[in-house]
Amino acid sequence: MSYLELLKLASPEAVVVLTALMVLSIGLLSKRAMAAGGFVAGVGVIISIVTILLLPTNETLFGGMLVISPLASLFKIICLVLAFFTIVLTQTEKASRHAGEYLALVLLATVGLMLLVGSEELLMIFIGLELLGLSLYVMAAFDKADLRSAEAGLKYFLFGSTSSAFTLFGISFIYGMTGATGLAAISTKLATTSVQPLLAVGIVMTLVGFAFKIAAAPFHLWAPDAYQGAPVPSAAFIASGSKVASFVVLGKIVFIGFSPAQGSAGWHAMVAGWSPVLAALAALSIVIGNLVALAQSNVRRLLAYSAVAHAGYTLIGFVAGDREGFSAALFYTTIYAVTLVGAFGVVGIVRRETGGDNFSNFSGLASRSPLLAGCMAVFMLSLAGIPPLAGFFGKFYLFSAALHAGANQALLWLVALGLIGSFVSLYYYLLVLKAVFVDASLLAATRPMERVRSDFLQRATVAVLAAAVVFLGVMPNVLTSRILAAIP
Amino acid sequence: MIAWTIYVTFGGAILLLFLPRAYARWIALLTTIGGLILCLVTFVQTPIPDLAHFTTLVRVPWVPALGMNYHLALDGISLTMVLVTGISAVSTVFFSWDVEHRQNEFFFWLLLVVGGCYGVFLSADLFLLFVFYELVIVPKYFLIAIFGSTNKEYGAMKLTLYSFFGGMFVFVGILVAYVAGGSLDLNQLSQFEFSPQLQSWAFPVLFLGFAVLAGIWPLHTWAPTGHAAAPTAGSMLLAGIVMKLGSYAGLRVAMNLFPEGFQMWSKWIAVLAVTGIVYAAAVALRQRDLKFVIGYSSVSHMGFVLLGFATANALGTSGAVLQMFSHGVIAALLFAAAGRMIYRRTHTRELDALSEMNLSHVMPFAAFTFVIATAASMGIPGFSGFAAEITILIGAWKTFPIGVWIAGGGIVLVAAFTLRALKLSFFGEERTEGKIKNGTTLNREQFDPITIPEKIGACMLMLTTFAVGVYPKLLLDRIMPAVETMRFLR
Repeated sequence: MSYLELLKLASPEAVVVLTALMVLSIGLLSKRAMAAGGFVAGVGVIISIVTILLLPTNETLFGGMLVISPLASLFKIICLVLAFFTIVLTQTEKASRHAGEYLALVLLATVGLMLLVGSEELLMIFIGLELLGLSLYVMAAFDKADLRSAEAGLKYFLFGSTSSAFTLFGISFIYGMTGATGLAAISTKLATTSVQPLLAVGIVMTLVGFAFKIAAAPFHLWAPDAYQGAPVPSAAFIASGSKVASFVVLGKIVFIGFSPAQGSAGWHAMVAGWSPVLAALAALSIVIGNLVALAQSNVRRLLAYSAVAHAGYTLIGFVAGDREGFSAALFYTTIYAVTLVGAFGVVGIVRRETGGDNFSNFSGLASRSPLLAGCMAVFMLSLAGIPPLAGFFGKFYLFSAALHAGANQALLWLVALGLIGSFVSLYYYLLVLKAVFVDASLLAATRPMERVRSDFLQRATVAVLAAAVVFLGVMPNVLTSRILAAIP
Repeated sequence: MIAWTIYVTFGGAILLLFLPRAYARWIALLTTIGGLILCLVTFVQTPIPDLAHFTTLVRVPWVPALGMNYHLALDGISLTMVLVTGISAVSTVFFSWDVEHRQNEFFFWLLLVVGGCYGVFLSADLFLLFVFYELVIVPKYFLIAIFGSTNKEYGAMKLTLYSFFGGMFVFVGILVAYVAGGSLDLNQLSQFEFSPQLQSWAFPVLFLGFAVLAGIWPLHTWAPTGHAAAPTAGSMLLAGIVMKLGSYAGLRVAMNLFPEGFQMWSKWIAVLAVTGIVYAAAVALRQRDLKFVIGYSSVSHMGFVLLGFATANALGTSGAVLQMFSHGVIAALLFAAAGRMIYRRTHTRELDALSEMNLSHVMPFAAFTFVIATAASMGIPGFSGFAAEITILIGAWKTFPIGVWIAGGGIVLVAAFTLRALKLSFFGEERTEGKIKNGTTLNREQFDPITIPEKIGACMLMLTTFAVGVYPKLLLDRIMPAVETMRFLR
């Protein structure tokens, strides 16, 4: 294996790193760093996507440290697309003094995502996790003038570093018990031995780190502040790209690495393993996320708690524990990410025009900008699971996969909980839409009615994302068939 | 061809988003008339023997990995329901001719509801049916919350949450049928033998979920509140068509897929149905708001539909389908008279206040409409309500003789509250003074005359209920064979 070949196989990541460096230097040199840097970053991301498409489809280097598989390529592309939309969103923010640094951080976080998705080895995964985490901590705290942003960054950092420590500790246990860090090697080792307490501790501790990343209860406490306080593009990226990659890695770890220790989460047939652990996380997330979201009056906080609930739904796919469940979970997390980037896009515009993101800031949006209101309706209703939007198909797919797994509908309890959760969630999503469509604008009373002015780029982004949500709901086959084909 | 009702309606809805408001009501009218023409042509052209089976119209693979197809089919039952949807939709637009506020949006939501209803009645794929079924929920919320009256936000939220609550049970039932039966195709699933143990719990879950939308007692309370809060067009569609989605799907999906479960639970459905008939009629007797009276009467009439299902014989079930058609027309007529003709002019629906206006002198046409509507609603022979209810009761006589006695008592109560509402609203005592109790002065000459669109809409509905009442064979010939092929009868 020559270095040249390694560089070739790692070229998508390399392209993004180079782009990050270029954007940094543009930030130093140019006066209009945001526009120029944003353009370069966008182009870099697109080039990276193209390189992924040009690479061979199957390759494994260094015992899984760098893996190129259809699944990895597909989700690298999805992460890059999400990064692209995040970069577009940064253009709407008030010109920051450090535009170059901010864009570079987005790109470095994207590299972290790509490493996470494209690796089947615990150490490499941990490195990806840390690269992603450190970039995101800074991104969350980037708005120095805003106290909430600093709070978001600090909270995210404290919780994140603690959970990273857990994960690393868990990995060390697993290494100690199995003598391997590659997922495939761990799997073969686990298949020969029974699950011992020490190993169980290792597995649970490893899962904790990911439960934090996907904001599953009870490891979700950072989410409300990060979603509410962080600059809008950062929050969008934390909610979308970071989540998608974490779910992909979590899936790889449990389905490839820990597959012999699956256990069962059936109602009368609980067997120890990772499956009941994830089932417990899912159930708790659905209950806590939905109930607490009911009491929110800030749209971003509401999205944060609903994110907890959605993490719970997605985990149901993992609990199902088969190929179909994995595919359903990946589909769901992808459409969720697309939806949230769009929703944050709308929030960003409303925030810029009205100075806040409470329900009252959204009231009367339908009369100020029908397009934004319509897009918001699409995003919220998709999250609530109303057909014909993508969220509905995602839920159907997840729940049917969960019922298919195991005899006698053993996971019906989890499905029922998920359905009750989505019933509750409709109420608070409708509250947002009530503000948008029904309530009269409160702004009209305080200051002269101003129409939401947003430049073409923002409107186009939000509209494209809304169209994507509708399209993936009507023609889900486009994405599901690709995901199913990519899963071995 | 009838599949085009769905595309035309949704196409019209999308068109409304892009065209200026000057065209809004005309587009809505053309769209709904187009739908009705498609229904009528199919009704005339399709030979009756073809309607005995759920015949496929379109079948395109949708998500092959999950076995989903875009699959539409038609039989006598769905044709009847599609027809009533078409008729109601057109008259609804006529009665919404005066909507000025956010017009495009109003007709957009309206057409979404109509299109969703067409979709449910024609779906032959379980997933597709559920997509259309849930698609109807959200437009209802906006129709009521934006354009409604009296406590509209509360009514809208209550109605939406109840619908979604029922939808949750339906979701579970559909998933179970899908996972156990291995298919989403209704025709295939209706051949599949589900285990009795599964049917015994899956049937009530699925049927109850649908029945919430049909206004089954005791989960009916969303109906009066929602109907009273909705704009006229909303109440007409909700009571007329949307409630039928629940009963139709209960018949098509729950009863047809889980016949043994249905056998186990049919007694309890009959109990709930009869209770609903009597209870809702008794409550209607005490209402002060005219729309609440009609709202409760809808619950009472839907009780007859459920009773017809519970008989589990061809006659009772066909009567129930006929009642769905008949009530679709009558409820639309009643709400049109109460919401559009009266409320838009008097700005009150309080029966006490109305009784002092003696509206029959002021608005003779409205009075005529309301008299016809109430007569049909009470089950006077010659109107569709009589034909339907008598068929149901004859069918029920074989299975639940006691239920027939109680339901018969319910009919008396229905007559009582209907006559009370009729007398108080139109034939109250005239006060020569303009001053009425609630403090507002009233100059009756100020009432606008009944407009042409209102007259057309009302005449359409009256003619329909009259035609079906005089010649119910027109529909029963098409419904009966389709019902007889259903599995739960065998």
